Amino acid sequence: MTSSFSSIPLPDASSADVLALDVTDLRKVFRRGARTGGRFSARRQVAALDGVSFTVQRGETVAVLGQNGSGKSTLVRVLSTLLLPDGGSASVFGHDVLGEAAAVRRLVNRVSVEASFFKRMSASENLSYAARFHGLTAGQTRDSIPDILQRVGFPRDRRSEPMENLSRGMQQKVALARALLTAPVLLLLDEPTTGLDPRSKREVQAFIREMRATHDATILLCTHDLAEAEVLADRVGVLDRGRLLVLDRVTELNRRYGADTLEDAFFAATGREFAEETDPDDDREVFA
Amino acid sequence: MNLQATTGAVRQRLGGWSPRHELIGLVGVVERNLYLVKRYVWWEIAFFIWTVANTLTIVFIARGIEATGGTIDVNRAAASLLIGAVIWAYLGIIFEILTETVAWERWEGTIEYTFMAPLSRPVHLFGMGAFALLYGMVRAVLLFSLCLFFFDLSIPGADFAAALVVLAVASVSFVGLGIMTAVLPLISPEKGSQLGFIAQGLLLVVSGVYYPVDVLPGWMQAIAVVSPATYALDGIRDAILEGEPLGAMGDEIWPLAVIGLVAIPLGLAVFRRGERYAKQHGKLKRSG
Repeated sequence: MTSSFSSIPLPDASSADVLALDVTDLRKVFRRGARTGGRFSARRQVAALDGVSFTVQRGETVAVLGQNGSGKSTLVRVLSTLLLPDGGSASVFGHDVLGEAAAVRRLVNRVSVEASFFKRMSASENLSYAARFHGLTAGQTRDSIPDILQRVGFPRDRRSEPMENLSRGMQQKVALARALLTAPVLLLLDEPTTGLDPRSKREVQAFIREMRATHDATILLCTHDLAEAEVLADRVGVLDRGRLLVLDRVTELNRRYGADTLEDAFFAATGREFAEETDPDDDREVFA
Repeated sequence: MNLQATTGAVRQRLGGWSPRHELIGLVGVVERNLYLVKRYVWWEIAFFIWTVANTLTIVFIARGIEATGGTIDVNRAAASLLIGAVIWAYLGIIFEILTETVAWERWEGTIEYTFMAPLSRPVHLFGMGAFALLYGMVRAVLLFSLCLFFFDLSIPGADFAAALVVLAVASVSFVGLGIMTAVLPLISPEKGSQLGFIAQGLLLVVSGVYYPVDVLPGWMQAIAVVSPATYALDGIRDAILEGEPLGAMGDEIWPLAVIGLVAIPLGLAVFRRGERYAKQHGKLKRSG
């Protein structure tokens, strides 16, 4: 619970040497009671992140691919100061997520698989209070909220309707609008299109591309959608059981594993088929 | 619309976070809760009716004693019980709203977005406290007036201004205690909210809500000394029933001020500890 009223140095165009993300040997272990034969045995340790290291340049879009339980969401939560790592370090534009959490929170926003809104409140109301949390007054958002909602294709006549009446795709558009409204320098996308119908998925992806093209936001996209990663990202990483196996351009990944497609490269990197992911360690999903 | 213009302006502000931004965030917390009251207005009315029914039941006890052969000053006893019931309802609202800081947001799925917003935790919690006081005060005044009218109680010479000042000073302590209970759902997502009622129940027993503290056993009277509700009830009863002016209430105001000065930092420290625990063990989000 740190609070700093001092200004934080933000990256400018000339600070090309400042990494948007610098993650070194990041580790996170969860301990859970394991049930065996109807009784709880010793607590079991599961490494959600096991020595993850990578860097992301400013303005870059990096996708991290992984199955459910691979550690993607844990990574996003650590980077957004919602989880404390057990070891290693991570910094956002030079600000440590542990020691300078308040500064990091001013630079980061996130769109996750769940749209996460107060369901009885309208899109405008949800965006309005989120904007206040980021220091924007009512006067400043009077025009920008309708503008951003219009930009993401949200129907004008549904702005006052409770979120619970909206489709998943519509809610996800509002989630993107919320992220955009607060102008994150680093945008963390945690399976933003999972569960959306093909049309909504295309619309959300198009908007992500546009955000990247029109802003200098750096994007970390965590997904298990291979096609989405290939379409949106400059580089693609494979996270498997908490370990980042590889991070490179798609063409380089295909070349390295002698694969024709990213899917083949993914299988070659992890050494497993999708179907094999579930059995031996299926409770990993709880942690990631 | 020019997205770059919108986000560029915000980024400039991100570089210079100030107390003003924290204040805007605090207003945002109050604003969000007002939206929720508006959206759940029929439930609010239903809960108010329930509180009125509860209060009437308690105040009727005074008439019941007389009807069963007891000899008491019914008007005075009813007024005293009414004060106890109204203050108890007020305290309950503060505890409920502050406990919801975590519990409701977890249920809605918004907790991670709130906790990763660049709003310091003390300001976030003070925002919840400010709304709780505002909402609780309006409710208390309505409840008191309604019951006064219902029982046709006569309170000549009551100093309501002095009573409100005592309540305002006591509220600082109530918010401090509420912040301590707000952390409980972070530690136990399933049972944390209910644990808050235990703290509330303990205050009910020892603080002389419906009877003088003198009737309690010695060890309970010792606990009553550190309960802010004890002094709040004494002061408010003196102001309303005896018409005692504020200047004569040093015995109540000073202990309340001292307890408040201790309760707020203690509450924040307890919450900070709980938040850290939740972030270490992945309990901020139930599945996380």
